[in-house]
Amino acid sequence: MTTPTYSVTRSSQAARVGAALGGLVLILLIAAPWWAGRADMRLMGELFLYLALASLWNLMAGYAGLVSVGQQAYVGFGGYMLFALTMFGGLHPVAAIALAGVLGALISIPVAVLIFRLRGAYFAIGTWVIAEVFRLGFAQISTLGGGSGSSLPVAIVRSLASKRALRESLSYWLALGAAVLVITAVYFFLRSRKGLALTAIRDNETAASSLGIDIWRTKFIVYVVTSAFTAMIGALIFLQKLRISPDAAFSVNDWTAFVIFIVVIGGIGTIEGPIIGTLVFFLLRETLADLGTTYLIVLGVVAIVVMLKAPKGLWGLIRSRFDIQIFPLGYRVIKRNPS
Amino acid sequence: MDWLNAVVQGTLLGGLYALFAAGLSLIFGVMRLVNIAHGDLIVLAAYLGLTVTTATGMHPLLALVLVVPVMAAIGYALQRGLLNQTLGDDLLPPLLVTFGLSVIIQNALLEGYTADPQKLSAGALETASFGLGGLTLGVLPALTFAIAVVVIWGLQRVFYHTPLGRAFRAVSDNQDIAQLMGLNRRHIFGLAMALALAVTAVAGILLGIRTSFDPSIGGGRLIFGFEAVIIGGLGNLWGTLAGGVILGVAQTVGAKIDPGWQILSGHIAFLIILAVRPNGLFPRISA
Amino acid sequence: MPDALLNMTGLDAHYGDFQALYGVDMHIDAGEVLAIIGANGAGKTTLMRAITGLLKSGPGQISHSGVDIGGLRADEIAMRGIAMVPEGRQLFPSLSVKENLMIGAQVGRNGPWSLDAVYDLFPILEERRDQQSTSLSGGQQQMVAIGRALMANPDLILFDEISLGLAPVIIKDIYKALPGIIGQGMSAIIVEQDITKALSVSSRVYCLQEGRVSLEGGSDTVSREDISRAYFGIE
Repeated sequence: MTTPTYSVTRSSQAARVGAALGGLVLILLIAAPWWAGRADMRLMGELFLYLALASLWNLMAGYAGLVSVGQQAYVGFGGYMLFALTMFGGLHPVAAIALAGVLGALISIPVAVLIFRLRGAYFAIGTWVIAEVFRLGFAQISTLGGGSGSSLPVAIVRSLASKRALRESLSYWLALGAAVLVITAVYFFLRSRKGLALTAIRDNETAASSLGIDIWRTKFIVYVVTSAFTAMIGALIFLQKLRISPDAAFSVNDWTAFVIFIVVIGGIGTIEGPIIGTLVFFLLRETLADLGTTYLIVLGVVAIVVMLKAPKGLWGLIRSRFDIQIFPLGYRVIKRNPS
Repeated sequence: MDWLNAVVQGTLLGGLYALFAAGLSLIFGVMRLVNIAHGDLIVLAAYLGLTVTTATGMHPLLALVLVVPVMAAIGYALQRGLLNQTLGDDLLPPLLVTFGLSVIIQNALLEGYTADPQKLSAGALETASFGLGGLTLGVLPALTFAIAVVVIWGLQRVFYHTPLGRAFRAVSDNQDIAQLMGLNRRHIFGLAMALALAVTAVAGILLGIRTSFDPSIGGGRLIFGFEAVIIGGLGNLWGTLAGGVILGVAQTVGAKIDPGWQILSGHIAFLIILAVRPNGLFPRISA
Repeated sequence: MPDALLNMTGLDAHYGDFQALYGVDMHIDAGEVLAIIGANGAGKTTLMRAITGLLKSGPGQISHSGVDIGGLRADEIAMRGIAMVPEGRQLFPSLSVKENLMIGAQVGRNGPWSLDAVYDLFPILEERRDQQSTSLSGGQQQMVAIGRALMANPDLILFDEISLGLAPVIIKDIYKALPGIIGQGMSAIIVEQDITKALSVSSRVYCLQEGRVSLEGGSDTVSREDISRAYFGIE
């Protein structure tokens, strides 16, 4: 009698095909400056930055249960740090972006200590208060233009690259690199011991704490790391925009509402969700942009319908039909018949 | 005297914030729902007031007779039609659905009324004032504060001395067992939201008389209401009034130091209280 | 059985993917006192939840006075005159003793039970009427829970593990009061771990085992051996 043997694996056909296809797409995207027009590159750059923001928000809300509606605090903070560090610190923009991340992490520590006292939905509004404090605070700094904001001096823009085409390519590559970096980091983080702890917390907080997982610490780390990355993305966003003002930098609609819609529509609590959500969001935006406010109403309705009817989002629908996972996080048991 | 004046004005302003907060506090107490669209509903009420007053020429305070029942009906329909579907152990659906709702209301108002700032015209009431111990108080702020006290007293009364309030508390304590008492929790939740939005209607009209408003200001009102709730302590309506007053005083005193610091100093007062008394000053239930 | 007060035919119940009741057939006649016994996890509480509508059952699986109540909501079933004294008493902590009793009358049915009648039955509750229900002793809380169910003037009352966690002397008191309660034409289903207690007040008994009826008989005719076999599933 032959008994089948079982083996446990993370890999799957879909993941291998996905990795191969992903590699191909990545090469194609890196080469974009040679095949895409200026407008397309700008759009794609923006798309990558939204993808990064969405992946970060998804890590917090979908895995760590930290639903924030105040991530604009770190987007704006990062943007302002780019301006301050280059204008007054004389730093190269790329160095300023990296340092903005470090500073974002530092400032998020006292913030976390404070707002982690709020639970659930009240935590969410607490993050919004923090973002408002940042916005009003930066509006008070007159050297950064106060309430009306300021533009990045030409000399600093030039220091990135003297030719405009190269500058735009560089800006594009930075955005692409940020998205790839964030998704890779989230992926490997979720595969790590800490990531497993996070999934355990999401599934059952009481059980996880009885297993000795320090919930506060784990969530704290996620919050700080997410804030650091979000600040870096913020710096990149305003390197593309070249102009900053408190209202644009700390906009709840631009940096949180859209990001939340992306994640919800794509599928919260999955790595694939934000990718699909970002593509759908930009597709909707490019086709419905002429509708103005109606477009935002449509977006809100779509997000509510998805949340109620398909809480796992588009990716959840796809996965329930085909049982695939491109970023293999879970383990699967494979039956092998000895031959 | 200037400082005393700032404190008194802030106290009166706190009445308005308590009205922002009361509805938020009520629905959290009954169904543990935090409504992100709360601020936008306040603004919606102000716009409804605008439509009623421009269409009929009514005084905005008289328009309450129409706006309050309309907002209550909206609340009941919203709860039964949408929000009841989001309630459960999972935190995300109510949060994200009300967030979506917030964006929808905001943009629908933009569509219907444009982004131009509007104001409810209350005639002589806006500028009327009276002297009190050397201070000059506006009639409107004093009236707002008095209305806040009456509304909170009324809510307290409903909550602790009526069958409806008994049903609210029973459903809040234990939904299953409350159902065994013949209480349909979906209906009770609908009534709670109706009551909350009735209060919101009052808040919206008073806001619209006091300052100009546009569709984008809902988020800020939500935050003020939320801060008042947390400062006062969850589940305590009189605490919410105290929270509103503390927030209002912090803002007017901050503005006295530097006009640019008005809102910021309110937030800072909130964060300080969060740091030293995370459950608020007069907590009754834990979040 | 057309004249049964409550009739269950092929009742299934599920918690998600887990099935807790398998095709239970059961009935209770008007004025009858029924005991339901069974080990932990046999499905007794699930059965109570299904009857009261806290757990959805399929259409046609439960009927009350000839009307299909399978699929009705719990509050609709309560309105029809089925009340429960839940396991663990489950009073409303933010309601006073009196309010806990008053809310029982929310269904608005007429009958012999009123605030005064409950106070007559349990005089201590009148003394404590304005206290928070959680400040009472366990036995007194049980009285409130029973009074709350009676206030609905039900035609069927369910007692789910009313002796659980109470001192023996209090259990004795409560069981002494039971005939006075049920004796007014009301039907009752008593779920108990304490088999002797359950048999002493009932006329008929069902035993549940792993979600199925394993025994049915008159409370004074079933033998000890039958019960232990039905209870533990030992052949």
